[in-house]
Amino acid sequence: MENHSNHIEEPRDDYAAKLGMWLFIFTELLLFGGLFLVYSIFRFKFPTQFHQAALELNVTIGAINTVILLVSSMTVAMSLAALQKNNKKLAKILLLITVFCALLFLVNKYFEWGVKFNEGLYPGSDLMLQLEHGSLLYFSLYFFMTGLHALHIIIGMIILLVAYFKINSGKVNIGKYALLENGALYWHLVDLIWIFLFPLLYLIS
Amino acid sequence: MHKDSTHISEYKTLGIVLLILLFLTFTTIEVTSFHLMAATVLVALIIAGVKGYIVLTYFMHLKYEGILLRVLVGAVFLLYAVIVTITFFDYLYR
Repeated sequence: MENHSNHIEEPRDDYAAKLGMWLFIFTELLLFGGLFLVYSIFRFKFPTQFHQAALELNVTIGAINTVILLVSSMTVAMSLAALQKNNKKLAKILLLITVFCALLFLVNKYFEWGVKFNEGLYPGSDLMLQLEHGSLLYFSLYFFMTGLHALHIIIGMIILLVAYFKINSGKVNIGKYALLENGALYWHLVDLIWIFLFPLLYLIS
Repeated sequence: MHKDSTHISEYKTLGIVLLILLFLTFTTIEVTSFHLMAATVLVALIIAGVKGYIVLTYFMHLKYEGILLRVLVGAVFLLYAVIVTITFFDYLYR
């Protein structure tokens, strides 16, 4: 029979953990904010070329990706609520749906970029380097910002999967859910960034 | 310094929030297909701002957090607005 008095619970400060995640989120906001600023300045300087270049993007795929991320934000928020109501099974299911949505987003992104690569349009390609200055800037920003965003999606997926396995093993539970709560915050940030990325890259025609 | 009571979101609330966000997304797509010229960007950004506010308030739970976090988030956006404004002043008056 296990002697529970031998088990020492490490001191935790869940509020500090949440504050820490928020502080990190602030740095991420400023990171992407800086990129949006670069976009804004060069769009201001090359309005016609940006408009023309944006026509090359597929609004439908962009819209589908937006819907996917918005749904995933809801499912991860619901997952946290489920865990807080001690519904472990529902929390796990919703978390898996969230990760699946993330995967769908990445698959779409893969096809989107694939089309561009097939046309010879990729960072550093001859075709791209021959573009007019404004168009070159637009596509550089497109690849860099969506690429960096996709990297954040991958990181978010990993964090949420870790949370999933810890919920499974009981390490994350109704009394100890900071990992899921903060992982969900990170995921909402990823969604928040896309909310601005979509109209500015896809809808400026 | 932390709140003792934890607010747990209702599934229904989260569902309604999603519907509003989806509606605003389709509104953005519709509106940007009109030829509003310069105003297109502004309208798109305003709607995106509303969507962002809703995500921050409900999904990211800021509505139920203490005043500190809400002030911090506001401060970061204010800082960003200042940075953007100053940068544009630079470019506009070179």
